[in-house]
Amino acid sequence: MKRSREINSLISIGIVGLIILFGAPLSLDLFSVISLTTAISLAILALSLGLIWGFGGILCFGQTAFFGIGGYAYAIAALNFGGSTGAIIAAVLVAAAAAAILGYFMFYGRLSDVYLAVITLTVTLILYSVIRRTSGPEYKIGIAKLGGFNGINVPPINYPWDATQFLYPEHVFYVAMVALLLAYFLCVWLTKSHFGRVCVSIRENEVRTELLGYDIRFYKLCMFTVGGAIAGLGGIMFANSIGRITPDVFNLYNAALAIIWVIIGGRGTLIGPVFGALILFYLTSFLGRQAVVNINLFLGLVLIVFVLVVPKGIVPSLVELWDRRKSRRMTARSARRMRRRGRSRVKEVQVED
Amino acid sequence: MDLFAALALQIIYGIANLVLISIGLAVIFGMMRVINLAHGEFLMLGGYTVIVATNNGVNIWIAMFIFAPLIVGIIGLIVEWCLIRFLYGRMVDTLLATWGLSLFFIGLITTIFGAQTATTISPPFGAITIGDYSSSGYELFLIFIAILAVALVYLLFRYTKLGLVARGTMQGADMAASLGVSTQRVYSTTFGIGAALSGLAGGLLAPITGVLPTIGAIYIGKAFITVISGGTAILAGTASASILLGAVNGIVAFVVGPTMGEVALLLLAIVLLRLMPQGITGRFFKRSL
Repeated sequence: MKRSREINSLISIGIVGLIILFGAPLSLDLFSVISLTTAISLAILALSLGLIWGFGGILCFGQTAFFGIGGYAYAIAALNFGGSTGAIIAAVLVAAAAAAILGYFMFYGRLSDVYLAVITLTVTLILYSVIRRTSGPEYKIGIAKLGGFNGINVPPINYPWDATQFLYPEHVFYVAMVALLLAYFLCVWLTKSHFGRVCVSIRENEVRTELLGYDIRFYKLCMFTVGGAIAGLGGIMFANSIGRITPDVFNLYNAALAIIWVIIGGRGTLIGPVFGALILFYLTSFLGRQAVVNINLFLGLVLIVFVLVVPKGIVPSLVELWDRRKSRRMTARSARRMRRRGRSRVKEVQVED
Repeated sequence: MDLFAALALQIIYGIANLVLISIGLAVIFGMMRVINLAHGEFLMLGGYTVIVATNNGVNIWIAMFIFAPLIVGIIGLIVEWCLIRFLYGRMVDTLLATWGLSLFFIGLITTIFGAQTATTISPPFGAITIGDYSSSGYELFLIFIAILAVALVYLLFRYTKLGLVARGTMQGADMAASLGVSTQRVYSTTFGIGAALSGLAGGLLAPITGVLPTIGAIYIGKAFITVISGGTAILAGTASASILLGAVNGIVAFVVGPTMGEVALLLLAIVLLRLMPQGITGRFFKRSL
C-alpha cells in the first residue's frame, strides 16, 4: 500500500516535471522563463540541503558555500577553457572536493550537529568576505579576474564540445530543468539504496549504527560530498540564468534562505525543499516589488512561526492532513455500510484503520 | 622596536576585540547550551542604542555603559520570555528560531533606520604615539575594558549567590529545582546577562566600526568560532581561544593582509576542532570556570 503510493507520487512528480519542462517555454514569455530558470537553480540547492539534512541528519548552514563555489568554478573554468562542457564537469568536481575536504575535518573530528552548523556557516561567511576583497586586477585565476563584489560575467553554456554555439536563455531553461529532474531522481535512488538507508539510520541513532559495524564518519562524508556536488550543479545553473556570479551568493541572507526552504517544505522529504524554494522565490520577489514589508522581517517571522508551530514543514503536514481526512472518510463510509447491514461494529473498524 | 610595540598593541587589541564580541555569547552558550544565532544582532542593537542616545544629547559614557547593556539586556529578557523558553533542550530548533530572530531584527532596524550607516560617532579618545607609529587611544581603552569584563563575569559567577545558583542549575537543573531554585528565573537572568554583555560590547565597538543593520554578520562567525574553540569552560575557554586565534589573526594580517588574517583564523579553528573536538578547555584548564 505504502510502496505503491510512493511509486505513484514519484510517477506524478515525473509527469509534472516533464509538463513544466516542455510546457513552460511555450506558454511563458522570455522574462518569466529566465526567472523560472533562476528558481529552478535555487530548487537544486534546496534539494541538496534536503538530501543531507533530511536523510543524513547533517545540519549544514553553509550549503550556499558549495552552490557559490560551483558557480565561481564554472565561471573561471569556462573562461579559461573557452567552452562550457569541461567547465560544468570541473565545477561539479570542485564543489564536491570542497565539500569532501571540509567534511573530512568535521566528520572525522566528530563534530556534533550544532557545531557543524556553525562551522559551515562560518566557512560561508569567510568566503563572502574573502571574495568581496578580490577586486584588484592581481586577483585572477588563469585569465578570469575574480572582480571583488562585482563578481564575474559568466559565459553562457554552449552545445557540448562546440564552443561557438551558445545556448539562448530559453534553452538554458531546458538544461536547468533536466538537471533538476536528474538530481531529484538521483536523490530518490540514493535514499532508497543501501547507502541511503544506512544514512537514515545514522540520522536516527549514530551510536547504534556504529555498533552495527558501519563507519558513520565515512557515510556522512559521502553524503555530504554528494550534497556538495548537487549544490555545485545548482550554482552552475544559477550563474547561467543570471549571467553573473557575485560574492552575494555567500552572504548570510542566502544561507538563511536555504535553511528556510527546507524547513518550510519539510525535512525528510525531497520534494518538500524543492517546493519550498519555488514558493519562497516567487513570494520574496513579489514582496520585493511591493516594498511594503522588509523581506528580512518577513523571512524571520516565517522561520520563527514554522519552528514553533509547523516544525514538520508543509509537505509532510499536508500529507498527514490528507491521510487523516481520507481515513475519516473511509471510516464514515464503512460505518454507513455496517449500519446498513444492521451491525454496529464501528469501533472495531476504526481500530483497524 | 617601535614597530614591534605597535604590532604587539595591535595584536593585543585583536585579542581584546574577540573577547568583547564573544563574551556575551560565551555566557549564553556556555552556561545554557543555547545557541543564540541572533548574537550578532544583539551587538548591532547595542551599537544603535549608543548612536541614537548620543544623537539625542546623552553623554557618550552613559550611553555606552548604562543605556546599551540595559536596553539590550531587556530585549534579551523579552526574547527569552517569548521564544527561547519554549525551546530549552531542543538545540537545533533554538538555532533555527534564533536565526529567524536575527533576520527579524535586521529587518526591523532596516525598516526604522534605513539600510545605510546611521550617523557615526567619533571615539572619545585621541591618538597616542609609539615612536614613529600612532595608535588609537580608544583601542587601548577597549583592551582595558575587555580585561575588566572578563574579571567581572568571573567574580559574578564565582563569588555571588546568583553565580552559585546559576552554575548549580546548569549542572543539574532537576536537582537545583528540587532544592527550591526557580530554574526558569535562573535561565532568564543568565540570558539577560549574556544579552547585556553583548549590548555593552556592541556599544563600545560602535565608534570604531560604525553601525549597519547587517553588521551582525561580521561578528557572528568570529564570535562562534571563538566560543566553540574555547570549549566548555566559558571564561578560560573564551580567553584562551581569543588569545590563540587573535594572535594568529593579527600576525597573518600583518604579514599578508587583513583578509588572509581572517582566513587563517578560520582554518586554525577548523584544524583545532579536528584535533580537540571538545575545544581547548576540553583538554586543558578543565576545572576552571
